[in-house]
Amino acid sequence: MANLAVKANELVKWFGEGEARTYAVREVSFEAYFGEMLYIEGPSGSGKTTLLSVISGILRPNSGNVTVENKEIWSLTSDRLADFRLNTVGFVFQDYHLFPRLTTVENVAIPLILKKIEWNESMNMAMEYLEIVGLKERAHLTPVKLSGGEQQRVAIARAIASRPDILIFDEPTASLDGDTGRKIVDFVKKNILNDNRCILIVTHDSRIFEYADRIMKMEDGKITGVVKGGSVEE
Amino acid sequence: MKGILRLAYKLLVNDKGKFAALLVGITFAVFLMVMMTSMFSGILYRSSATVINTGAKIWVMDPAVNTVVSSIPMPDYILDAVRSINGVKYAVPLYSGGGLVKLRNGVYQSVTVLGLDDTSLFGRPELVEGNIADIYADNAFIVVKDSEFPKLGNPKLGTEFEINDHRGVVVGIAKVTTSGLFGIPTLYTTYKRAVQYIPSMRYTISYILVEPKSEDAVQYIKQEVRSLGYVALTADEFKQRISNFYKYQTGVGTNVLLMTIISFIVGLSISGQTFYTFILENLEKFGALKAIGAKGKELVYMILFQATFTSLTGYGLGVGLASLLIALAKLRLPSYAAKIAYANLGFAFIMVLIIAGISSYIGIRKVIRIEPFDIFRG
Repeated sequence: MANLAVKANELVKWFGEGEARTYAVREVSFEAYFGEMLYIEGPSGSGKTTLLSVISGILRPNSGNVTVENKEIWSLTSDRLADFRLNTVGFVFQDYHLFPRLTTVENVAIPLILKKIEWNESMNMAMEYLEIVGLKERAHLTPVKLSGGEQQRVAIARAIASRPDILIFDEPTASLDGDTGRKIVDFVKKNILNDNRCILIVTHDSRIFEYADRIMKMEDGKITGVVKGGSVEE
Repeated sequence: MKGILRLAYKLLVNDKGKFAALLVGITFAVFLMVMMTSMFSGILYRSSATVINTGAKIWVMDPAVNTVVSSIPMPDYILDAVRSINGVKYAVPLYSGGGLVKLRNGVYQSVTVLGLDDTSLFGRPELVEGNIADIYADNAFIVVKDSEFPKLGNPKLGTEFEINDHRGVVVGIAKVTTSGLFGIPTLYTTYKRAVQYIPSMRYTISYILVEPKSEDAVQYIKQEVRSLGYVALTADEFKQRISNFYKYQTGVGTNVLLMTIISFIVGLSISGQTFYTFILENLEKFGALKAIGAKGKELVYMILFQATFTSLTGYGLGVGLASLLIALAKLRLPSYAAKIAYANLGFAFIMVLIIAGISSYIGIRKVIRIEPFDIFRG
């Protein structure tokens, strides 16, 4: 059995207080392993993005705990938590959140710069990651000059630049057409996923389910089922 | 840290429109502040022209005197009393008054007449033409060649004119450190001739110029002069008194202060607003940086750097622009009174730092509050 990457235990997260209190995540427990591509699937408002935020050290849960690589992340100070996100987690946001005023290679180098790697060395390393995603020749263009699929690949290069063990994708195909979306996920599965990395993907795009190792279905803040990739069943 | 600041720099300057708007705002504010305060400095500097040009260390005068031109004549015995004070090396009278010159073409021109002690000629200007000994010749006057010189018809050695119905002859042309404030030409002559030609009261000594034996004697001289019912001021104190008069007892100081405050507010409004918009537009990006792993203090450094860099660049441009304009204005208008002093630059620098501080504060408040979760939520 593969090593445990993420362990969520009895996670609860709510927003608002009193009568306005809304539960986004209700007593969710699950485990994710290295070498695994785990999907969190469900309709809008089911709590999957909130859950992803909690396990990636972005949103503090109201109760429960998250262990990543045997480290209880919500016991860390805010600075240590920032270091955890920088060194252990890679994010690919739904809207990519690339910096339009920076070149592609500078965008990819951001985590390296935050890790205080010298500027020129960061650029050289970023160039290697751009080569992995096949965009080396587009390195000096700004993101606005790239297609949606290319921007997604730049975001992936940025996410893997800090060599994180956990990669988190939020709706990676939401802004892409079906074919490009499948190609991106196929690329990730073949080139980014490895035995020392765990990939968590939030999606409700059934066209990419075939690439999942496991699919965890969420509804109303609860996990309603976990299935092997390829289909979603209770 | 260098990498993060370089990142901040690129995010700032690559947004050319915003960066230009920020620079324009700060440059404009600095330009206005430097121009206003420099003009004021120029006015104050020129108002002390006689004090500067004469070069006396101590000036004895009536306590009610506020400016050089508003001298109150003193009786002759005061000169003797001052000369007898222990610690006085020498003391000489100075006459300062206004005369009316009639040029050969019939035009009248007001002039300032300074009468120098006949024996020592203490306080005489540096001659560029003529011989100083000629000042003792009949009707002799020395003309100062400054920005007001053409108002006397660009006289030459030997040029004759009328002054208060007396004959006058130019025997020397001099240069001085600075021109006066009121746009009136200056003539030097001997003390005796000045009081003879220019109508005066019973008392004729405008000022007594004192050279102390040593710096230590200054306080004692001041004390002794005070016991005579007059006041002895060092050159710096006299300049300060003149400066204070224009600052606080005329509308000039208040008007310049108001204009400077308005410049500051305009600059702050433009740059503060633009910087705030810049931060708002990049708020999601700052949130993404936070999500990726940037610490709060690193984002604060980035914003501080951006605000400081913009402010200092705008400061440099504003000072450069003001200096250029003043230099050009002086080429075309020799009597233009503006002087960029370190105090003006320091004042504008502090104002710019305040603009940077306020702009940063607005941005930092926003960025610190952004939650990375908002980036996920979209």
